[in-house]
Amino acid sequence: MSEARAQILAGIRRSLKRGRLESAREAELRERVAGHPRKLVPARATTLDHSSRTDLFVAMAEEVQATVAQVNSSAAVPDEVVRYLAAENLPAELIIAPDPSLDEMPWSERPLLRIRRGRADANDAVSLTPCDVAIAETGTLMLSSGAATPTTLNFLPDTHIVVVHGNQVVATYEDGWDRLRRGGRVPRAINFITGPSRTGDIEQRIELGAHGPRRLHIILVDDRQKAGDGQSK
Amino acid sequence: MLATSRTFEANARAGLGNPILQRALSLMRSGFPERRRLAVERLPEFEALRDIGKSIKDHTLEHLDFYLELFEENVVASGGQVHWARTPDEARHAVLQICRSVDAKVVTKGKSMIAEEIGLNEYLEQNGITPVETDLGEYIIQLRHEPPSHLIAPAIHLMKEQVADTFRAEHRSLDPARSLAEARQLCDEARAVLRPRFLAADVGITGANFLVAETGSCIIVTNEGNGDLTQTLPRVHIVMASLEKLVPTLEDAATLLRLLARSATGQEFSAYTTVSTGPRQPGDLDGPEQYHVVLLDNGRSALLGGEFQDMLRCIRCSACMNHCPVYAAVGGHAYGWVYSGPMGAVLTPSLIGIAEAGHLPNASTFCGQCESVCPVKIPLPKLMRHWRERQFTEKLNPPVYRAGLSLWAWVARQPALYHPLVELACRTFGWFGYRRGRFRTLPLANGWTAVRDMPAPEGRSFQSLWAERQKGGARK
Repeated sequence: MSEARAQILAGIRRSLKRGRLESAREAELRERVAGHPRKLVPARATTLDHSSRTDLFVAMAEEVQATVAQVNSSAAVPDEVVRYLAAENLPAELIIAPDPSLDEMPWSERPLLRIRRGRADANDAVSLTPCDVAIAETGTLMLSSGAATPTTLNFLPDTHIVVVHGNQVVATYEDGWDRLRRGGRVPRAINFITGPSRTGDIEQRIELGAHGPRRLHIILVDDRQKAGDGQSK
Repeated sequence: MLATSRTFEANARAGLGNPILQRALSLMRSGFPERRRLAVERLPEFEALRDIGKSIKDHTLEHLDFYLELFEENVVASGGQVHWARTPDEARHAVLQICRSVDAKVVTKGKSMIAEEIGLNEYLEQNGITPVETDLGEYIIQLRHEPPSHLIAPAIHLMKEQVADTFRAEHRSLDPARSLAEARQLCDEARAVLRPRFLAADVGITGANFLVAETGSCIIVTNEGNGDLTQTLPRVHIVMASLEKLVPTLEDAATLLRLLARSATGQEFSAYTTVSTGPRQPGDLDGPEQYHVVLLDNGRSALLGGEFQDMLRCIRCSACMNHCPVYAAVGGHAYGWVYSGPMGAVLTPSLIGIAEAGHLPNASTFCGQCESVCPVKIPLPKLMRHWRERQFTEKLNPPVYRAGLSLWAWVARQPALYHPLVELACRTFGWFGYRRGRFRTLPLANGWTAVRDMPAPEGRSFQSLWAERQKGGARK
């Protein structure tokens, strides 16, 4: 190991007026890290039932200039994409994450939509991706990198569309960490995304679309509507 | 970077006389503090989170050697490399070696105060590598060859007209007749100019808001998305971080993240919080092939265990400078080095020496706002006082100042002399200053009154009023 490393560690121990920690203490600290206890988590989202939590997610996301459309089923996603692109005056061209969760959607019923699957390059204007979870606390989306979910989709295109399923809405960042740890190896990149890209670097005026997407559109596939219908029958 | 902290007084005077800076600072005074206040009001747990944030940082610092080793272990397990650097020179050298190993010509950079601290841009340029700042504020000041004047808003000292002039002078291939009157147009132009640079860069360098020992991850917090393009597109990602950025677990990071954006910009959460762990994994379609972390000490390990250890809790949110009346009057450049405001007044002497930066801990009204808004409760005024004491014991103040202080200290320790003297002074100055309420000049104190007025005393000393009140209370 390098001389700098040894000297820095020795310097730290000298300043703290002790030697290397005893192995029992190290084991204790390792155990604490392995157990990764939660600290105080704000009550804002944790005390809500699922429906109110979803409402909070939508309200918080809209507060930071994301747009949210709610649809009843996965089958309705392509229609919503076409509607959104037309409303925003965007070309009907889309780069979609090669993720199996998006395969079941009836893209072929929309033949005018030109679709490519894969990572984004400089010319892609609109991307569509899934997410890991949607965090109600601050209206934040959590996306992680992987073979089916390249990170470039989240940053290169001008417009980013994200599909969120109702059961993906969780309360807090810690819920996101739990979901992540169930997946085994930590992915290379985990992106917490809260609204579209912005800057306040010129006269503290907020301008959207600094380097990342100018628009963030969330399609919430929510079966609350259906469940409600069922109960009323 | 060459420090000009020695000339703080002249720097500050220049700042006070600069109308553009004064307009820019008045925008800041009405912006950041109000937005922070609203964000804090919305989160009832904020105060409790400050205590927890402080304890997380304290715990990590007490066991820093352990967590650094664990961090390195996990970086290596994820396929990355850690480079330990004692000095700015070692850190610069490590970066250059990595760049040379992949024959890099262009390096994109996300915002990094550590890179500023070690003067990385000049060094890379001297060695034939072009560094391109990509954070809008950093890009603007790179074009202007200026240092940052604020932790999170590096170009806060400028108005949009200066930015427009800079872009016109530097982006010469664009139509000279184009309009650059609005911030929107300036943002769009920077976006268009920088996009090809992102795509062409060989190496991407970012800072780190947190390093996570549990996973060997680096966390960056941005609003623009430039940090993400910087670390996703090139073949190599280098993280520049100082030792104290470490936290044990992702849960610990979540707590500090709840404090960071609210304290900084008053946002509930920044647009992008990114956790990066190692290089591209098997099957990944994008991401860098190499992942390096350069860990810089530069005097920090020596601060542990001493009176300045508290400063190592700092998460660089900028709340202290956003609420500081001195910063708001003179701006960040007056401080003369990388860090400004109250955190700079404490940290700068630690890093470049109190002989060089002695003015900074004296540039305070001790109003205490900085400590009251600090998300990790750093006692900044107390730490500035420690520097003042050290200046005195190391005989760094001017002889007249020292003699005056010594005389005062001697008198203050003789109650039989002190009380009548103060009583007399209060009555005399109270009588003379009765009409105006303040003195423009005072005999033997011109140095002091040259830049401020002395309020006239009420006519009685606190001690005598207190004694009278105690007697009154006893009578009751």
